[in-house]
Amino acid sequence: MAERHRQEETPQAPVALDDRGHALELLLPEVLAEFQPEVGAVVDLVVAIVKPQDVPAICKLAKEDPRLSFDYLMCLCVVDYVEHLQVVYHLYSTTMKHMMVLKANVSPEKPSLPSVTSMWAGADWYERESHDLFGVAFEGHPNMAPLLLYEGFEGYPGRRDYEMPEYREW
Amino acid sequence: MSTEGQLDTIQMMVNMGPQHPSTHGVFRMVLWVDGERVVDLEPHIGYLHRGSEKLCEGELYAQIVTLFDRLDYISNLNNEMLFCRAVEKLMGLEVPERAEYIRVILCELNRVASHLLFFGTFGIDAGAMTPIMYAFRDREKIQTMFEAVTGARMMHNFIRIGGVKSDVPEDFGQRMRVLLREIRQGIDETDRLLSFSEIFLARTKGIGVIDAETAITYGMSGPVLRACGVPMDVRKDEPYSVYDRFDFGIPIGEKGDSWDRYYIRVEEMRQSMRIIEQALEQIPDGPTITPTRLVLRPPQGEVYVRGENPRGEIGVYLVSNGADRPYRVKVRPPSFCNLMALKELLKDTYVADAVVILGSLDIVLGEVDR
Amino acid sequence: MELNVTNGNQEPRSMLNRAAPGVITARSEQLIAMARKSSLWPMTFGLACCAIEMMGTYMAHHDLDRFGIVTWPSPRQSDVMIVAGTVVKKMAEPIKILYEQMPEPKWVIAMGSCATNGGPYYKSYSVVMGVDHIIPVDVYVPGCPPRPEALIDGILKLQEKIMQDARERGRKA
Repeated sequence: MAERHRQEETPQAPVALDDRGHALELLLPEVLAEFQPEVGAVVDLVVAIVKPQDVPAICKLAKEDPRLSFDYLMCLCVVDYVEHLQVVYHLYSTTMKHMMVLKANVSPEKPSLPSVTSMWAGADWYERESHDLFGVAFEGHPNMAPLLLYEGFEGYPGRRDYEMPEYREW
Repeated sequence: MSTEGQLDTIQMMVNMGPQHPSTHGVFRMVLWVDGERVVDLEPHIGYLHRGSEKLCEGELYAQIVTLFDRLDYISNLNNEMLFCRAVEKLMGLEVPERAEYIRVILCELNRVASHLLFFGTFGIDAGAMTPIMYAFRDREKIQTMFEAVTGARMMHNFIRIGGVKSDVPEDFGQRMRVLLREIRQGIDETDRLLSFSEIFLARTKGIGVIDAETAITYGMSGPVLRACGVPMDVRKDEPYSVYDRFDFGIPIGEKGDSWDRYYIRVEEMRQSMRIIEQALEQIPDGPTITPTRLVLRPPQGEVYVRGENPRGEIGVYLVSNGADRPYRVKVRPPSFCNLMALKELLKDTYVADAVVILGSLDIVLGEVDR
Repeated sequence: MELNVTNGNQEPRSMLNRAAPGVITARSEQLIAMARKSSLWPMTFGLACCAIEMMGTYMAHHDLDRFGIVTWPSPRQSDVMIVAGTVVKKMAEPIKILYEQMPEPKWVIAMGSCATNGGPYYKSYSVVMGVDHIIPVDVYVPGCPPRPEALIDGILKLQEKIMQDARERGRKA
């Protein structure tokens, strides 16, 4: 798994937002002004990077504001960039049909951020899975039991530094 | 001890363990029942967690297609197409028209095969032993066609990054027309057999009702959400590939009960065959793949791609840092989200209805656990 | 005494045959084995993708019922366990419990490459590399997934094995 790319020459995928994406890119800094998000675009989605403790308040605003109305949580996952863990929320609106990405960075030593299960009940199992695989604790989650791994599994397999086993018998 | 003719009762825990006769895979439900009524439910999953997402980080992009095949192991071609679309979007690859049409025809045929399997197993859950025989008779015909085109009955590894692996056989159009005629007859036969049978209606009408708002907060999608009256279908909302050139309808339910979820899938089979017929007429000649290197190095970036699986809306989040293997692959499975609402659906139902409701959700444990 | 020079089935010259012609004798192990192999009842135990091909084999096109095979949900009343699919470490305990619940004589068919030796998941952190680490296996059917014809071949080999064991006054009595 040696990564043989040369850092200074890695090409970036070009950004290509459609009309709804452009409108959202202008709208987000206005609606979320008090949280000072970093709004950008990657390929064809609008991305907002926020502080982890602000996540529930931002999600509440995103869900209830009539210009955004993000009532559908598409996906919640964690990506391990070695210096920090990034929690990624993909939000979608069934009425206005636009999608945005919300990201929050937490430290790998004691990763923890508030849960969003009060906003979308569908975040329940995503958070349990992220806890199993990456060790991210979600405060306020009703039942943080292991979901995918058996009781007593040691280590967090999703992280980059988890050793992938060579063909090992048992 | 009886006081005034009343017996004291306690709640009983019933474990429908990882091995149980309904063919939904290794799913464990722990039910607390009071008599025949379900009071509480605790689902346990993870009995098929194979670590596919972590394995993807160690494979070349071309090798990951085989891992995606085995995620939702009933709709293989749909999963392959999703991953290939994600990589093509990241790289900005153009796929030739003929390849797009072949992909759509195979994906819709796979949808028909998947719904036939659902049809058979749902009949067994409700107690009918014959529909599964009819369903598998038609499924065998479809699998023979898949073998003629892709070389395998399941786990095709046919849709590659940049197009499809090879061209369809010479007599494909003619054979497909014959096949579609036979499948149409088969579906009409099975529809007459099961859909409006009095016993089946009594077992499924009004069972497991969920309203649209709750379904949206849980993130449900696919026929389960469309049964509640919400017209959400990725093929119409954000048409991908060549779906915007076809004229087809999406069946929407009214009440959100098990019968709606079942009948929507029967109608979807008919709509899929409409799409296939139109595609067979419109398919152009041309190349079937854009040649790419075997060891692909997409540019740095991330994409989220949505597709319409027979089970619902599947999504893949692909993060690349420019290397020949992906940095992170996350799959958003439809059955995972549909299953989260099981507790809500099973409130105050009978134990016998619990089996029917679980069957109507049409889950596949391969994608729930990954 | 006539000399029988035909090359076919010769009349046995035993006393029983002279006294009661048309009666076949065999050892009891062989008869019991013939009965056992002709009515193997597998437990419905599909774990993953191979289960779909297994279901296809049970159905009308590739009909396993003609071999006497009736799928049975309870482990307490079944003979064969066809392990079809990937065995995950979380599932190892239930598989052991199910195997112990089956009464003797019992056989195990490992269907597919995941049950044989881990299959395409041989680098995974949570997969048991083959079900033979947990329970003893009699027949391995390779493939990913194996075709229905391959599974039928595996079952026929198991039937041969049952007869062979009986002929050698085998361990599975």
